[in-house]
Amino acid sequence: MNAAIATTYLESDTGRVTSTAAADAGTVPSKGVIGMTCLIIAESAIFTIFVVAYLYYLGKDLSGPTPRQVLELPIVNSICLLSSSATITFALRSLRKGNAKKFGFWWLITIALGAYFLLGTGREWHHLIHDQGLTLQTNLFGTTFYSLVGLHASHVVVGLLALSIVMAFAFAGSVKREHAERVHVLGLYWHFVDVVWIVVFTVVYIIGR
Amino acid sequence: MKNLPNSSQQVDLIRCLDAKDVWMTDSRTGARLTRSVGRASLLLFWLVAFIVIPEGVLAAEKTDPTLVPSIFTPESAPAHAISHLAGFVLVVTGAIFVVVAGLLLYAVVRFRRRAYDDGTEPPQVYGSGPVETAWTTVPFLIVIVLTLATARVIQEVQDARKPVAALDVQVIGHQWWWEIRYPKLGIVTANELHVPVSQAGTRLPTFLDLRSADVVHSFWVPRLAGKTDLIPNKVNSMWIEPERTGLFVGQCAKYCGTQHAKMLLRVYADTPEDFDRWVAEQKKLAENNPDVAAGRLVFERTACINCHAINGTVGDGRFGPDLTHLMSRNTLASGALTNSPEGLRTWIKSPDKLKPGVLMPAMNLNDSDLDKLVAYLTTLK
Amino acid sequence: MNGAIRTGDLGGALPLDSTAETEKSVFDSIHSWLVTVDHKKLGLMYIMFGLFFFVVAGLEACLIRTQLAIPNNHFLSPQLFNQLFTMHGTTMVFLVGMPLIFGFANYLVPLMIGARDLAFPRLNAFGFWLSVFGGLLLYFSFIGGEGMTGAGSAPDVGWFAYAPLTGKAFSKGHSTDYWILGIMIGGFGSIATAANIITTILCMRCRGMTLAKMPLLAWINLIMCGMVLIAVSPLTAAQIMLLLDRFVGSHFFDTQAGGSATLWMHFFWIFGHPEVYVLILPAFAFASEIIPVFSRKAIFGYPVMVGATLAIAFVSLSVWAHHMFTIGMTSTSNTFFAISTMLVGIPTGIKIFNWLGTMWGGKLRFDTPMLFSTAFLFQFLIAGLTGIMLAAAPFNWQLNDSYFVIAHFHFVLVGALVFMIFAAVYYWFPKATGRLLSERFGKWHFWLFLIGFHMTFDTMHIPGILGMPRRIYTYEAGRGWGIWNLIVTVGVAFQVFGTLVFVLNILLSLRKGRPAGKDPWDAWTLEWSTTSPPPEYNFAQIPTVKSRRPLWDIKHPSDPDWRYE
Repeated sequence: MNAAIATTYLESDTGRVTSTAAADAGTVPSKGVIGMTCLIIAESAIFTIFVVAYLYYLGKDLSGPTPRQVLELPIVNSICLLSSSATITFALRSLRKGNAKKFGFWWLITIALGAYFLLGTGREWHHLIHDQGLTLQTNLFGTTFYSLVGLHASHVVVGLLALSIVMAFAFAGSVKREHAERVHVLGLYWHFVDVVWIVVFTVVYIIGR
Repeated sequence: MKNLPNSSQQVDLIRCLDAKDVWMTDSRTGARLTRSVGRASLLLFWLVAFIVIPEGVLAAEKTDPTLVPSIFTPESAPAHAISHLAGFVLVVTGAIFVVVAGLLLYAVVRFRRRAYDDGTEPPQVYGSGPVETAWTTVPFLIVIVLTLATARVIQEVQDARKPVAALDVQVIGHQWWWEIRYPKLGIVTANELHVPVSQAGTRLPTFLDLRSADVVHSFWVPRLAGKTDLIPNKVNSMWIEPERTGLFVGQCAKYCGTQHAKMLLRVYADTPEDFDRWVAEQKKLAENNPDVAAGRLVFERTACINCHAINGTVGDGRFGPDLTHLMSRNTLASGALTNSPEGLRTWIKSPDKLKPGVLMPAMNLNDSDLDKLVAYLTTLK
Repeated sequence: MNGAIRTGDLGGALPLDSTAETEKSVFDSIHSWLVTVDHKKLGLMYIMFGLFFFVVAGLEACLIRTQLAIPNNHFLSPQLFNQLFTMHGTTMVFLVGMPLIFGFANYLVPLMIGARDLAFPRLNAFGFWLSVFGGLLLYFSFIGGEGMTGAGSAPDVGWFAYAPLTGKAFSKGHSTDYWILGIMIGGFGSIATAANIITTILCMRCRGMTLAKMPLLAWINLIMCGMVLIAVSPLTAAQIMLLLDRFVGSHFFDTQAGGSATLWMHFFWIFGHPEVYVLILPAFAFASEIIPVFSRKAIFGYPVMVGATLAIAFVSLSVWAHHMFTIGMTSTSNTFFAISTMLVGIPTGIKIFNWLGTMWGGKLRFDTPMLFSTAFLFQFLIAGLTGIMLAAAPFNWQLNDSYFVIAHFHFVLVGALVFMIFAAVYYWFPKATGRLLSERFGKWHFWLFLIGFHMTFDTMHIPGILGMPRRIYTYEAGRGWGIWNLIVTVGVAFQVFGTLVFVLNILLSLRKGRPAGKDPWDAWTLEWSTTSPPPEYNFAQIPTVKSRRPLWDIKHPSDPDWRYE
């Protein structure tokens, strides 16, 4: 191709790494946000299938304990997990303002709340298994309950791992204002986990019982 | 719309591409390679056209046309309904094919670049509102027509009301045989279904209740009806209404494991008299010929009774087919072989040879026991 | 020089080509491919992986067809046959189709939108290696020990693995576990790559390229990746459930304990149907780029093409149970799915008209890419029409699970997708390698494959109509199926020869093909503005565009596209 034409027509980008169409429009979607949104969409589809299985099998047990017989509303657990969405927002806000200490404080609270939720789930399961005789193998309810709640819990675990890594960096003083966007993306994942809990709670403990 | 002169570069490019691939003709190996590939392909083509296909036609099995289970030779009300719908759909889609393929062919011929082409670009047309609306609306209308026709037949077949006189048959799918029960008549048989024919104004449909004992199967006898699946934990229902006497063949149509291929179906439509006769025979207890008592003992003392039932003996296993009237059937092993004493002997001796993977184990009887057993079983008419 | 240039580092003006490479040892070369995060290399590796398994699955098909050529054949045992058709289907969908479409998307999308790489290059590499590992795990099953019947452990449950055949009770040994794990791992890779491509398209287009000015290939890949996110996940979920059933005794699909076989079907087909649209959408993308160039006209009706693709994506999520017309759903459900299936045929059909409209009034050049594209149009038309037939539920009650369905979906997947993959290879090979493929070999490839394809798959409709079910390792003489099966088998030989010619073409042209230059086809999208092969950083300077065909605007400065769009 004629180099002269190329230089005059195809304007250079003056050395910036990316030059997007949206730069004309003024807003560039953040790659991290879009990527995390894609992951959330895919994960939502997975959870939807488990929820559908749960609802489909409601009342179809041939034997064994039913939800009404053994399930108790995990109110405290849920309050903890859902508040952690608030605390992570506070943490992010502090980080955006540059307040590393406050960020660390709220971040730690978030992790603590998430960990308490997991402990609570563990306690609930222990009670169900040892006192109520409900396992994954017992009946359809056992199968769908443990898999759905377990799938959610595993996502909490992964989230806590990621949060802890950030915590470690924060302790080392490495988390600064310019990292707010990345922390925001992680926060999106955490919010997703909480929203899924709202759905799971409604399906398992309200509709299902 | 635009009619534009090319840049000279474009003209060069077109000319370049018309030139023979330099490396293919300049180099000897290239030319040789092309020639040999060409010759090999031509040879293959003629081989196929004049040797393989005629050989295949000649070797083609002699087929009894009534046994070809074509969906377009329906002989039962549901099959007729489907066949008519199919014909209608074929006509519509055929017309669409003729029009669109015709246009494609026309375009390919009419708009190909000519050798004398001046190298200019043709008028650039980016779209056309009216045209695009038209070719969206027409398919939409076609879809409406097709769905109305389809909905009507769905209802006609699926929601058909069961007449009081209908025969009830329960079919239970197993790996790899069909258990057939007539609950109101108290009969149990396997693999070969007998039903009365609907002729001369009297409608005698048979309603089939379909269940499975293990995995998913599918009941398909194309001349009689579309297929319906047999699904464990689910009860399905279908109906057939054969309109001539004789044999209708089909087979399992849902992959169900190793011997899915040999889970064949035979449906015999009998005149009402023949059917009643058959029912009467099936209701009887098993033959108890004292000449073959030794064979009966073999049956009762070997593990056969774990899987097989013979009415009137201690055998009441349900895992395998009921053998009470074994010899009233024309085939063994769900159509895998013809029913004959020799066939029966071979089957019992090594089922895995005739139907590899079958769940019936070789019972490892010695020859004497085997002979006695076969002698007994062949009395079970 | 290459080592110093990383994606994203721009230090002023850069040379336009990258041919000045320092001498590398073989190990260095292999190493650079193994650790690369460059979308072009990963794209090519995906494609090579896909083409390799295309040959493998093709050989499986040859074995299957040999066994079925005559009635009551004893060439293969039933156990091996059942493994072969399972592996053939599974391989073609997951180890050929998905890698090929992600390979082309990987290679082309950044080049066509004026970006230097995908949004997350390391995730890209991760996704690729996950797919490779999944494929190797699946094929390891052939030697991995005792299976259901002792004949190796390759899965033999059909590519859709219906429950409860896949349960511990009926599928002893580990064949099903290999199926689950091999595909699940690849599935994670697919989701990762899909997210990557979506992010790239939404965030990294060059200046001036609004979504409305993006090439159709980018649009279609964007929509395809969105579908992957939503559709592959249900399969992952169902496979997790099946794993739990098989390993920890849960009862999702355990019918003996009240579980449901139809639930697996629903979950599988909620994946399975959008999956086949995922597979075919890239074929549409290739056609939308190749047909205009070889007709010398812009694509007819760009906005409608985008809209139709979106419509396909949405509606295809609502048709899944047309694979389940025979399971005994209510007449209302059957009617609903018949309607939705026929409806999805409308936006699909419209696309054929749009391509036809592109060719209409053009100056058609029948180089090899266009030969394959024209055959694609003809074959996809037929595939769509047999699809309409299958959508008529009562007709489906006869045709489901018969050779008619096999003929239909091979018309789609071979007649449409594979033909367009061939077209895409002939079209973009020059860009990726700097050399043209031989036109002469290309024409031999085309005609051999075309003859074989039609001999096999046109004929295949007939045994279906005559009542031959699928997945049977042999069939009775006397049902009138023998002669048709023989013809079907013979057609395979032509396809094998055609594929051989194709492979030879690639191997020989890599060494001796004519140098292609930047723009051998006189095309209009951005990838043709850079060198062949492109430098690692794709473009010396990220371009700015004003229309959908930036190179048309350069070549026709007096009458650019942006005046008319």
